[in-house]
Amino acid sequence: MATRTFRVWRGDKDGGEFKEYTVETQPGMVVLDGIHRIQAEHAGDLAVRWNCKAGKCGSCSMEINGKPRLSCMTRLNSLPEGTITVQPLKTFPLIKDLVTDVKWNYEQNKRIPPLKPRAREADGHHRMMQEDVDRVQEFRKCIECFLCQDVCHVLRDHHKHDQFVGPRFMIRLAQLEMHPLDTEDRIPKIRKEFGSGWCNITRCCTEVCPEHIGITDNGIIPMKERVVDRYYDPIAWFFKKVFGASNK
Amino acid sequence: MAGPDVSELQTFEHDVLVIGAGGAGLRAAIACAALGKNTGLVCKSLLGKAHTVMAEGGMAAAMGNVDSRDNWKVHFRDTMRGGKFLNNWRMAELHAKEAPERVRELEEWGAVFDRTKTGLISQRNFGGHRYPRLAHVGDRTGLELIRTLQDHGVHQGIHVHMECTILDLLKDGDRVVGALGYWRETGRFVLFKAKAVVLATGGAGKAWRVTSNSWEYSGDGLAMAYIAGAELMDLEFTQFHPTGMVWPPSVRGTLVTEGVRGDGGILKNKEGKRFMFGYIPERFAPETADSEEEANRWLKGDKSARRPPELLTRDVVARAINAEVKAGRGSEHGGVYLDIASRLPAELIKKKLPSMYHQFKELAEVDITTDPMEVGPTLHYFMGGIRVDADSQMTTVPGLFAAGECAAGLHGANRLGGNSLSDLIVFGKRAGDGACDWADKHDGGQIDNEQVLSIIRRATEILNRESGANPFVVQENLQEMMSHNVGIIRVKHELETAVEKLQELKKEAATAKAHATSQYNAGWHTALDLRNLLISAEAVTRAALLREESRGAHTREDFPGERDEWLKYNIFIKRGQDGEMVVEKRERAPGPEGLVAIAYSKIEDLESGAVGAEVK
Repeated sequence: MATRTFRVWRGDKDGGEFKEYTVETQPGMVVLDGIHRIQAEHAGDLAVRWNCKAGKCGSCSMEINGKPRLSCMTRLNSLPEGTITVQPLKTFPLIKDLVTDVKWNYEQNKRIPPLKPRAREADGHHRMMQEDVDRVQEFRKCIECFLCQDVCHVLRDHHKHDQFVGPRFMIRLAQLEMHPLDTEDRIPKIRKEFGSGWCNITRCCTEVCPEHIGITDNGIIPMKERVVDRYYDPIAWFFKKVFGASNK
Repeated sequence: MAGPDVSELQTFEHDVLVIGAGGAGLRAAIACAALGKNTGLVCKSLLGKAHTVMAEGGMAAAMGNVDSRDNWKVHFRDTMRGGKFLNNWRMAELHAKEAPERVRELEEWGAVFDRTKTGLISQRNFGGHRYPRLAHVGDRTGLELIRTLQDHGVHQGIHVHMECTILDLLKDGDRVVGALGYWRETGRFVLFKAKAVVLATGGAGKAWRVTSNSWEYSGDGLAMAYIAGAELMDLEFTQFHPTGMVWPPSVRGTLVTEGVRGDGGILKNKEGKRFMFGYIPERFAPETADSEEEANRWLKGDKSARRPPELLTRDVVARAINAEVKAGRGSEHGGVYLDIASRLPAELIKKKLPSMYHQFKELAEVDITTDPMEVGPTLHYFMGGIRVDADSQMTTVPGLFAAGECAAGLHGANRLGGNSLSDLIVFGKRAGDGACDWADKHDGGQIDNEQVLSIIRRATEILNRESGANPFVVQENLQEMMSHNVGIIRVKHELETAVEKLQELKKEAATAKAHATSQYNAGWHTALDLRNLLISAEAVTRAALLREESRGAHTREDFPGERDEWLKYNIFIKRGQDGEMVVEKRERAPGPEGLVAIAYSKIEDLESGAVGAEVK
């Protein structure tokens, strides 16, 4: 029987260490299966979050061999031979073992003004064309795994949690701003309270998104552009006046 | 550990406490908040992670956006026929009537459904639904539903208690007046006082090995209601979804949406034969295509053609797959082939079924745009559950309400795909309204300290005992046992074996031991869930033993076919005075004349107005 060794972070906010466990493997096994074998055979109290085990709920996020990933969608045979290192998301406070405190994300969501739809049409329907909602639907694929939040430098390294809502909520905002029925204006808040200026477009969030959402190019950059259009366009207008439109 | 002082327990007081935060729980909480009630919402996981996210195909509502012939009466008739006429008449009526408005309301709250060419909410075909009826978003409709309710709900002043598991309900005399739970993070206990409690905890699929359900589906609501004295019903009807993944072993049971078949996917055996034409039940024959040529015309939109047999109800398709595999005509890993690759262009498959594409690519290394999927039946859904009043969703225990999968009645002997998400929003709202109405008329009751202490003792003993059974092993043994003895085809001696084995497993579970502290301890959580899984499993088994016929999702090898005699009864389960499980069949009240006429009508007569025109 084939086996695989996992190096798993064990500990809580007061400290901890990596511990090694070896379990038998089966064809097609994913990292989360390995963790479940460890729980059943070696460490019943090993803490891990998971639900759907099909990449749809975004619960089982962790850092596998240093990369933020969903453990239910990471097949063992996709990883290099040898020991697999598994540790919790770094950006959020540790609760225990592989589980972190992600409540901060839920607080950000509450701050975002919800959809304010225009009135329904006379026959009681809302009409929206598919091509007008394609982009919004792309953002709504988000499963809230918070891998993008984990990898965002502004949060991970610079700890600007009080100034930037992070990529997950930038696309939530983008999705509301691009919603054909919406009548709310969130641009001032996107600039000031939600911190769109902090993102410096390194696209790390886009790279780790398990739903392959174009977070940076399709969501954050258009929001930055809308902020620029609103707040800085008069200056462009002024420059055009002074220097003429010749250097277009 | 000494017993704690109840007065020092962390305590929350709400008008209404909703337990479970999937579609039904969230919708109930929103209803309560809309009526100005102090509302608590407890979720076992993080908010937005409940099993509703796994629903793929869509939510059924007769809006008639794609085919204007659709209306509530046709939806009602489909639901009753799908449920083999054992459904609660009133619930099936309310559901069909109210689903369209509940769906439109979601759009108001931010849901973005796929659109028709004229910009309306698009609707797709599904098994057992006569017309394209399922509002959907690709193959991730459940995610859209839960996220919409979540994003709307967080602005309604609902108190959300995340990663909190309820252990039991608290009673004052006959009434439910609260609940006791623990925080996963710390293992500390928490007391909720409430004038009314809504259960929205889902089913108990985790009692089977091959299931589409996650760890949360341990029958908590069923067991807590049962312990509190509520009646359960229709538990023998457990739906095996025809198409779960069968390979690799680690994902065996994971759901493959019925949308694949709705969009033209066909089922083949290893000989390449499209076998469903050989399994069309008599009742559905007049409305089902009898040749590939006709089925293909239907798919292209020919309204004179009849529906392909792959879109028969789930019970029929699951049994057909089971029969093909048993006859030696199965696929390499013990399923059959589901082929969409030869039916649609690759780009359209990726557009219409994106999660299926990724799921197979990443978990099975199969490209569904070029190769067929291997699929087989997987335990998916409980039609049965807690008995409720159709209008208010109150259980037989005063102050206790239930909605969604944990409640019984709407689906009868078999649920149609797409009727679950609509069930959640229709009856979630009704349960919320019902609970508020109760809360308006009643004060908060008295908490019984002795009851609280005994719940805490039961929980802490698992950690304190010196040694005992490994809870993970007990759970695995239960799953194996149920998959083997209470599967898709049932027979008396296996069901009797299951009853015996359940008694042994109960003894083992009572000695389960979890190591280390109560802080985020998976072993302890698993041990605590065992009681609920075992009660649910036993209820299913005993009801299955009593129903001596085959109807809908309940198939008895020793009693083939529907028996008219049994159409008269529902099976009820209740806790006896000495703690034993009491099972009994009780005669059903006759359905209202007008509804009965619609349910049993020929479709032509219903649509011409010859039947049912007077029913409003």
